[in-house]
Order: sequence, then structure tokens, then C-alpha cells
Amino acid sequence: MMSWETVIGLEIHAQLATRSKIFSSAATAYGAAPNAQANLVDLGYPGVLPVLNREAVRMAVKFGLAIGAQISPRSVFARKNYFYPDLPKGYQISQYEKPVVEKGTMQILLEDGTIKVVGITRAHLEEDAGKSLHEDFHGASGIDLNRAGTPLLEIVSEPDMRSAKEAVAYLKKIHTLVRYLEICDGNMQEGSFRCDANVSVRPVGQEKFGTRCEIKNLNSFRYIEKAINYEVARQIEEIEAGRKIKQETRLFDPDKGETRSLRSKEEANDYRYFPDPDLLPVVIEKDFIESVRGTLPELPDQKAARYIEKFGLSAYDAGVLTASREMGDYYEGVLAALKSKNLEGNEKLAANWTMGELSAALNKDGVEVTESKIDASRLAGLLARIADETISGKIAKEVFESMWAEGKDADAIIEAKGLKQITDTGAIEKTIDEVMAANPKQLADYRSGKDKLFGFFVGQVMKVTGGKANPAQVNDLLKKKLAG
Amino acid sequence: MTELHHLTLAELNEGLRARRFSSVELAKHFLARIERLNPTLNALITVTAEQALAAAQRADELLASGEAGALAGVPLIHKDIFCTDGVLTTCGSRMLANFVAPYDATIVEKLSQSGVVMLGKANMDEFAMGSSNETSYYGPVKNPWDLKKVPGGSSGGSAAAVAARLAPVATATDTGGSIRQPAALTGLTGLKPTYGRVSRYGMIAFASSLDQAGTLTYTAKDAALVLRDMAGFDPRDSTSVDTPVPDYVAALDQPLKGLKIGLLKEFFEGGLEESTAKLIREALQVYERLGAQLIEVSLPNLPLSVPTYYVVAPAECSSNLSRFDGVRFGYRCENPKDLVDLYKRSRGEGFGAEVKRRIMTGTYVLSAGYYDAYYLRAQKVRRLITDDFARAFQQVDVLMGPTSPTPAFDIGAKVDDPITMYLNDIYTIGANLAGLPALSIPCGSVGGLPVGLQIIGPHFAEAKLLNVAHGYQNETLWHRDIPKGYE
Repeated sequence: MMSWETVIGLEIHAQLATRSKIFSSAATAYGAAPNAQANLVDLGYPGVLPVLNREAVRMAVKFGLAIGAQISPRSVFARKNYFYPDLPKGYQISQYEKPVVEKGTMQILLEDGTIKVVGITRAHLEEDAGKSLHEDFHGASGIDLNRAGTPLLEIVSEPDMRSAKEAVAYLKKIHTLVRYLEICDGNMQEGSFRCDANVSVRPVGQEKFGTRCEIKNLNSFRYIEKAINYEVARQIEEIEAGRKIKQETRLFDPDKGETRSLRSKEEANDYRYFPDPDLLPVVIEKDFIESVRGTLPELPDQKAARYIEKFGLSAYDAGVLTASREMGDYYEGVLAALKSKNLEGNEKLAANWTMGELSAALNKDGVEVTESKIDASRLAGLLARIADETISGKIAKEVFESMWAEGKDADAIIEAKGLKQITDTGAIEKTIDEVMAANPKQLADYRSGKDKLFGFFVGQVMKVTGGKANPAQVNDLLKKKLAG
Repeated sequence: MTELHHLTLAELNEGLRARRFSSVELAKHFLARIERLNPTLNALITVTAEQALAAAQRADELLASGEAGALAGVPLIHKDIFCTDGVLTTCGSRMLANFVAPYDATIVEKLSQSGVVMLGKANMDEFAMGSSNETSYYGPVKNPWDLKKVPGGSSGGSAAAVAARLAPVATATDTGGSIRQPAALTGLTGLKPTYGRVSRYGMIAFASSLDQAGTLTYTAKDAALVLRDMAGFDPRDSTSVDTPVPDYVAALDQPLKGLKIGLLKEFFEGGLEESTAKLIREALQVYERLGAQLIEVSLPNLPLSVPTYYVVAPAECSSNLSRFDGVRFGYRCENPKDLVDLYKRSRGEGFGAEVKRRIMTGTYVLSAGYYDAYYLRAQKVRRLITDDFARAFQQVDVLMGPTSPTPAFDIGAKVDDPITMYLNDIYTIGANLAGLPALSIPCGSVGGLPVGLQIIGPHFAEAKLLNVAHGYQNETLWHRDIPKGYE
């Protein structure tokens, strides 16, 4: 039985978060009434001309710098010619031979803990097409051109990924990055972040790539993994049955969980690309690049490295906490609040709570960290009570649940429910004395050598104090008292 | 008595300001001429009489209040390639026979602000593709100098209208000679400015990297007056150039002594008719008398202009005209059975033969496998031609030669022979490929038909070109000739 290697390259379309379109002044906001956000330029009226939105270029450069890529000093917009009703001009303005960004890289963390570098061939600017609506028009089609002219950054990777999991890891990293950079809202449902996958297989050890198929319509991380796995299995099955893979474009059907042929290479359009004579080449000066560089935030990988080095977090934890800018901001918000209470050095505690209780609660309610019912300073308030031993970790979980449900401070809940840990030595000693007095037989047995009964006494003390006695103190004091 | 239509635009403008006549009088006078003469000439597709009288009324009020723009009250005709808000804008095509533009082109807007009064929209070759105004869906335009002859193209309607004194100025566009060749064939001053000098916004695109708007007038001074208000950077056109607009009128009277005139060797070879060549030589003698120096220069790559142009222009047009698909505006075929049928029949029925020929040529030269051999190579030759011109302008101030190899030819004479038709543009195309300003002025006539002298200058040298043309017009009267029957 031959073993096969999967080869995947991704083309990501990230909708840039500009206020107006790439070549017109119409707004880009999602969800407006059909054609309410299409002006004469978007409608491709006779005589109108495109004017490049500088903000889109700035965002592309920002992305290029974040992936360590080359920023082309001169890039060119070309026309991609084809007829379709949702393409008003009969051509799409896109960058073809000379993209604005070339040769970058992105690191991904593999399951075995190693880091892999995925090459990014290029990223180029282009305009989106409109939408054809085939339902509700009684045999006709409706055209909504609100999306026409929306700026896209198409990010093309090298065929460097070797499994659906790697592809998803890469996609998630890009998804995280574009949101960190605030150049794309990353909303996959609304189509602001879309992906096509080029998939092929080859016998392990063979250098030459197999024939690839392009899978379109991948708009969730889950679909991408499913679609690639389906496609890989299909290709292997085809080849093992003695058939050849045809180079074609395939569409993923999420309902059936399979890909099906959309068009073959022979049916593909001849797009007749040529430089758009309505637009001048985009010349990017060094000063502009440096001014954009000055606006770069701390990038996810840099942030993770800082967490590992300064806070002693594991690579995995650092990865989770930096997966979105908001999560990192929350975590650091907790640390800042603890610092203001002079409780530094609790970075691991904060990490555990942010990734553990907090993330679980967010997931359960299906809300983003920015909408958390417990904000960073409140969580810090809870952690402060653990750190100063007012409550134990176990009680803290109970407090957390009440905080989430009631929207109150940790202290208020501890106070109201009387959950404050007993740390008064006198009080604990008094309880121990009572427990010893109430259990003379066990005391005698312990003193005659039955060490195992120590646990019994701890249990009794905790039971009497309702779990609030400081466990460490109970241990220390019990040892002394039982020894007599 | 001098009639109003005998006056130049400059004279009319002066008269309006001196309140010797009103804008409404002017509008009525020219509208009456249009009504009487246009049915024969077919120079206008649309006459906007009502709007014109209203605009003239407003202009008169502004003139009275002293707040009028520089051209307030001057009648004008726009080529039907410029979008005019609320007015039919056909581009000479069945495809746009129902298209009422929802906005004004930048030049229409600028000239309106300056106070001009639009009388109507001029006939033209379909989508500006043609050199004889015979490709218009609205039928051929006749040359007022001889109704059997073409007025040239593509701005044939604009040229015939001004030559017949239906208006003192018409806007026009020039992609390969479409202002200068009709100017030559109808005895007018036709100015094509530098590429980027005048906004292309609202001008329906033929070949975006070559198209440029300009004017057809009687005199260089008139052209200077109109260009001053048409030119300038437009943020809506990325290819318009942000450089100050000089006072073209103020520069008109510079002495021409010491002017270095380059004679384009290649222009006097080959297909130039001797009778035309003779008139050009006589015009050059006038310049010599004014103290200019004649220097023969050679542009070795210039003979490649026509083939280069007929790759670049169709390539761009094939893409520019894709938006005419029957979906959002313009002509749509009856009862399309599916999407492909809608496209094929709307475009097949909406476009004329010449437009289709160029779309097919352009589609071919951009196709995979042919792009390098045609489009890319043509772009390289274009660069060589541009460099040739740049070298020539290191030696001379302006270049001179004929505008057209022959005077106006018979309607129908070349319609079945596109190659011969294309060769008509042999002297004009170079300036478009290099983006240079150029103009044509009348310099005599052959058998009663006008002949044009072409003057080409370096980028943004419009002021110099107009100065050079004005100097000649101070010495000659060809620009004052009016065709018989139109006096």
C-alpha cells in the first residue's frame, strides 16, 4: 500500500476594514439594503473612473511588514476581464504581475510542539465583485452591488502545508494577525475573511507535485478542515483506482460534506490581464513604509515570546492567550489590576484563570472576551483574594460562578456568603481543640502510631469551619497539637 | 453688417461683457441656425434649446450683476461623448441611444461654472472610433465645405457644427487625431492638450491611455480662452496631472523670433499629396518671415505609430466597452433566453461594425499567447516613439507637419477599406502615443477644401503651441474663411 503526502496552499481573501471602497467613495458597511451602497463608479457607469483609496494601500503595507515581506516600491493594478452580471465593468481591478507585497513568512505551531515556517508568496490588492441573488426573483436573478468595489487583500501562500490541520493552523494565524493589525474584522460569516485551498497529493518521497484542485467556498475553519480531508481522500482514491486527477476548480458543499467539480481548467476564462490605464502605478516611498511601521502593534508571536520569557508561561499557554488581541489585552488587564494592588508575580495564576474558568464561561455563553460579564479588574479582584489567602482556590471557583451570574465584585460575594477563609491562628486552634476533645479514641490511636488518621482530623476541622479554614495553617497547627 | 456668427469666440465674449448683445440673443441666433442648417449637416444628435435659453437667461443675469464667469453667455456644443446630467448622451451608438447621463463630466461642469451655454450635443463616430464620422448610429455628418465630403472624425459633428457657424466652439476628443484631423478637414483650429491636462472623468472611454479632451474653434485665441477653463487637475481622474494651469491668453502674443521649428522628415515622405505639401511649405515660410528657424528632424520610430496604435487602442477599448452588457443601462436585446444570449445579442445588436472590429482586435491582442507578441511589444514601441519625440524636443521648440495626408474625401469612399481609413491618422497618432499636446490650424485650401498645419509641442507646452498658432493667424486669414452657404 503506497503512502501519500498531502500538499496544500491557501489563497485567503481578507476584506480590508476601510470606511470607503477601494476605488470609490461609497461606504463599505455590511448589511445595507441592496445597491444602497453602490455609486456610479461601483455601477460601472459610462465615463466614471477609479481613484485608489490610500487607506487600502496603507493596510496592505501594514500586513506586509507584519509578515516580514518585501513592500514593492512600484506595484501595478491590472484588469482581469470576464463577463458576469455582478461584475459591473466587465473586468475586476486586481494586481497581477506586480503585487504590493511579496515574499513573507508565517510561523505555525504544530501539534508536536515544533514550529513550522509557511511561505507567503504574495499579497495583492483587488476589488470585490457584487452578489448575484438567485432566489426570490421568480426565474430571474437579482444583483446587489453593495459589495462591488470593497477592498480585498488576497494573501497567497506557498504550497507548504502538509495536512488539513496545518492549513487550519496557518489560516488561524493569518486570521489572528489581520485582526491584530486592525485591517480586517475577520468575520467569516459575513465573508470578510474567505479562503480557497489548492490541494494535491503525491507519493511520500516524490519531489514533483501532484495535479492540484482548487476548492472554493470555504468560510469556516471547520469546513476547511473537512473539505481538505474529503478532497485528499478523494484524490487518493482516484489515483489508487488508476484514474488521473484533473486540474479543476471544485466547490465545497457543507451540507453533504463533499467537494464537487465546478469547472475544469479547459473551461477557465482567458482573463486577458493588462495594466489598468485608468490608474497610475502605486509608488510607495520609504518614508511611507516607515510611517506605517510606526503604527504596528506588538504582533502575536512577539507577544507570546514575551509571555514565555517574562511570565514563565508555556508555549501553548502563550499561544492561547495571544490568539486574539482582545484575549491578550484582557490577560494583561488582569495583570495590571493585580499590580495596582501590589500583587505582582501572579502571572501564572492569572493565565490559568483566564484560560480556564473565564474562557469556559465565555464559551458557554457564546460571547467574546470584550463582552465578558467579569471584566479584567473584577477577575483581578478575585485573584487577589486567592493570592492574599482570603479564600482558597476551591472556594474561588464558587465565587467566580456567583460573580458571572450576579455581576458583583468578588469581595461582595465573599462577604455576603461568609466565604472568608479563617486564618486566625487562635480560632483554628480553638476548633482543633474542640475536634480533639470530641474524638478521644482517634486521638489515642493517632498518638499510638496510626499516622493515617491525620487526614481524618483535617477533614473534621474543615467540616466544622465549613471549608473556610486555611488548609496550610490547619496542617501546621494540627501537627503540633496532635503531637501533644 | 457683421453677423453674430461671424464673430470669434473672443469677440463674442467681449461683446457680451460690453453688453452689446445678450446671451439670450446669441442663443436664439445660433439655435435658429441649428434649426435651419443642421438637418442637412447632421452635426448634432441632440439640441437642448430649452435648457440653452434658460442658461442664457441666467448668464445675462450674472453678466448684469457683475458676478459672471469668464465665458458667461458664450454658446457651445458638447461632443456627445461627454456625460451631461439629465441629457441624452449617446456616444454615437445604438448602445446608448436611450442613455440619459445621471451626472456631468468634469469638463461639462467646469465650463458650466464658467458660464457657457450648451446648445446641444454633437454627432460623432460611434464610441469615437472612426476618422470620417461615418460609423455613427445617427448617420454620417456632412462637411459644410462640400456636402459630398466627410468632415473627418471622430469629432466630425463638433467640427461641422463650428465650421458651419452653428456655435463658436465645440468640445471634442482626440484618441488618435479625432480633434486635429476634423479641424484640418473643416478649416478650424483644433487643440488636443497634453494627456492629463484635461480631466477624462465623464468622458466615455475609448482608449484610456490615449483619450484627451480638447476644443474646436476658429482661432488659437478662442482655444486659449476655453482651455483655460477646461484644464486642471481633477481628483476624480487619477491620470489627470496636478500642475498649474497657465494663462494661455496672456501668452498668445509672445514674439516668434528665434523659434526653432522641427520639420518631421517622416511626415513629408510617402502618402502626402503634393498639393497639401505645398501649402505646408508656404505656411513654414510665414514662420520664417516671423523669425523662426526651420530644422529638419527625424523620428525613426514614427512610421510604427499606426500599427502600434491599432494594438494599444483596440486592446483598451475591448476592455472599456465590456460594461455595455445590457444589464444596467443602455441597449438590451428583446427577450433574451439566458444570460449568454443577453450578452451576445445586446452587444451584437447595440454595437456597429467598426466598434465590433476593434473589440475583436483588442480581445485578440490581449489573449493568452498573443499578449507578449502584440500588446507588450506595442507598449515597447510606444516607449521608443515617446523617446524619439523627447530627443527631438531637445533640439527644437515645436514640431510641424501636415495634419492629414489629404483634404476631405468623399463620403463612402473608404468605408469598406479600414486599413486605408486607418492610414488617415498617420500624422496625428504619434502625439497621442507620446501624450503630447498638438493642434491643427487652417493653412490654405485645395480645390475649395481646407488643409491643416499640425504643430506638436513638448508635454504641457499648450501655451507655446497656442502662441505659435496665434502668431500665424495674425499674419493670415485662412481661419476667417467661412464655407459657402454658411456666411
